[in-house]
Amino acid sequence: MNSAKLSKKLWRQRYLILMIFPFIIWLIIFRYVPLWGWIMAFQDYKPGRPIWNQEWVGFKWFVEMFQDPDFYKAMRNTLIMSFMGLIFGFPLPIILALLLNEIKNISFKRTVQTISYLPHFVSWVVVASLVSEILSPSGVINQILQKLHLTNYPIMFMAEPRYFWWIVTFSDIWKELGWNTIIYLAAITSINPELYEAATVDGAGRFRKMISITLPGIMPTVIVLLILSIGNIINIGFEKQFLLRTAATRDVADVIDLYILTYGIGTVRYSFGTAAGVFKSVVSLVLLVFANWFSKKTTGYRMM
Amino acid sequence: MKKKTAGDLVFEVFNYLLMIILAVVTLYPFLHVLAVSLNDPYDTVKGGITIFPRKFTLINYIETLNYPQIPWAVLITVLRTVIGTAVGVLSTAMVAYVINRKDFIARKPVAIMFIITMYVSGGLIPDYMLIRGLGLMNNFLVYILPGLISPFNVIVIKSYMEGIPPDLEESAMIDGANDFLIFWKIILPLCAPVIATISLFIAVGHWNSWFDTYLYCSSEPKLTTLQYELQKILSNATASSQVDYYSNLDPNRTMKVTPHSLRMAMTIIVTLPILLVYPFIQRYFIHGMTIGAVKS
Repeated sequence: MNSAKLSKKLWRQRYLILMIFPFIIWLIIFRYVPLWGWIMAFQDYKPGRPIWNQEWVGFKWFVEMFQDPDFYKAMRNTLIMSFMGLIFGFPLPIILALLLNEIKNISFKRTVQTISYLPHFVSWVVVASLVSEILSPSGVINQILQKLHLTNYPIMFMAEPRYFWWIVTFSDIWKELGWNTIIYLAAITSINPELYEAATVDGAGRFRKMISITLPGIMPTVIVLLILSIGNIINIGFEKQFLLRTAATRDVADVIDLYILTYGIGTVRYSFGTAAGVFKSVVSLVLLVFANWFSKKTTGYRMM
Repeated sequence: MKKKTAGDLVFEVFNYLLMIILAVVTLYPFLHVLAVSLNDPYDTVKGGITIFPRKFTLINYIETLNYPQIPWAVLITVLRTVIGTAVGVLSTAMVAYVINRKDFIARKPVAIMFIITMYVSGGLIPDYMLIRGLGLMNNFLVYILPGLISPFNVIVIKSYMEGIPPDLEESAMIDGANDFLIFWKIILPLCAPVIATISLFIAVGHWNSWFDTYLYCSSEPKLTTLQYELQKILSNATASSQVDYYSNLDPNRTMKVTPHSLRMAMTIIVTLPILLVYPFIQRYFIHGMTIGAVKS
């Protein structure tokens, strides 16, 4: 393309350019400038000086981080809560989708679905409030336990470190179970109905059909989502842990992001916090690339 | 209709029962908190409230709304949700439109620039320092600007736009309309269903967020949001919740309400808008989610 043609095209597209220009500026400022901040992880960042005029310290902060017992605690908590979420939270939406699919009364099915999506739309702050109410010493769980004589005194669920991981896992399931079924229900609708007819002729019952047709039918979706969530094990977030933890459960609640928040912003050690953030990003990127490669290999489906 | 076997019948009963249990477990916490928030605070202390208030009163709500911070928080949250959603959705649609124009000169590089940000981000500390550096601390704009566009939403809107025949744009072009007018007058109205879906996603996101207030605006009482105020109440309460339980048992306190009942009222105030619009919007959400699932 010669320059006269190019400038003519630019002029013709001036409105398009004008429309996208502010957003390119936005993208550079809010998404690409912070990437420069990664440099801080290799510097001894002192406030008040520009980033190119700081002292370089190499991998000092990473070394310090790997020597910090709190870092390992945060890592342990992240991995444990991730895997608990995976083991308990992953199969349930599949089971719910299978069971919902068997409900032939449309209005009942729709009602159950509508109710099950609801918690997805309320904030974690609200969920934390609901959870601490239900689990409080006078809450419904303690009442039931006492009525069944499983315990004589109310259990202080929120203040007991050994319950914390379970509380996080199950509140997450409570919040997202219904919502996570949507994708499986969508996959079920694309299964060829002739398969069911053939199975009926062969004398298969409802349960048999569910196990032998519906489940294999959604398997590709299941595998893709499973690989994706394995790629995200380090990206557990921190909202649930931040909101559900109490003074007594800090030790089991601190996850990587909370670690970064506490040491990076809380104690104003920006370089150290950034180093922890860089570590997390690199691990998560490696996991994602691996998950993507694995998905392509096993299912032929690429996510990136 | 075929005759059902005994096995099918057992399965069916079991299935319906399970679904009913699921519905109860999901709804109970909401109904319980609603009941407590509408119950006399000192009567609540006696325990035994399930999903109906025993001594009906609005005192908890009146007291909550009387806290000087709360009316401000309501205003800021509503402003944030309305402005943030309008600006966010318009920006997202505009980006999607430009990226979707096959003849646009910088189509590929711009699209790639957006997609990269789905996988790498600066992280908590660099983001925090950027916001500080830009002077957005304790500034209303911090609610709108940093999260203005999500690449995922761009992809959802763009894939909807792909379904619109390009002939429409071409004929408008011949009539002399410029690109912006085409976007505004033709494309945007045609995208109404997906725009509605994305608006609802963005609005719920704004309504529900509290962490940016915690990080960037916590020292300016006039900029805090409802979710943040609830979070504050909650963190005070969980720190002392076990003590709270016993001190609540003292009926001779002079306060009109208990911290517990206030917290329940606050929880409902924060949830109410979602509960109110939910029945009307949930089918849109499902529609939008299915588009997103299929396309990505």
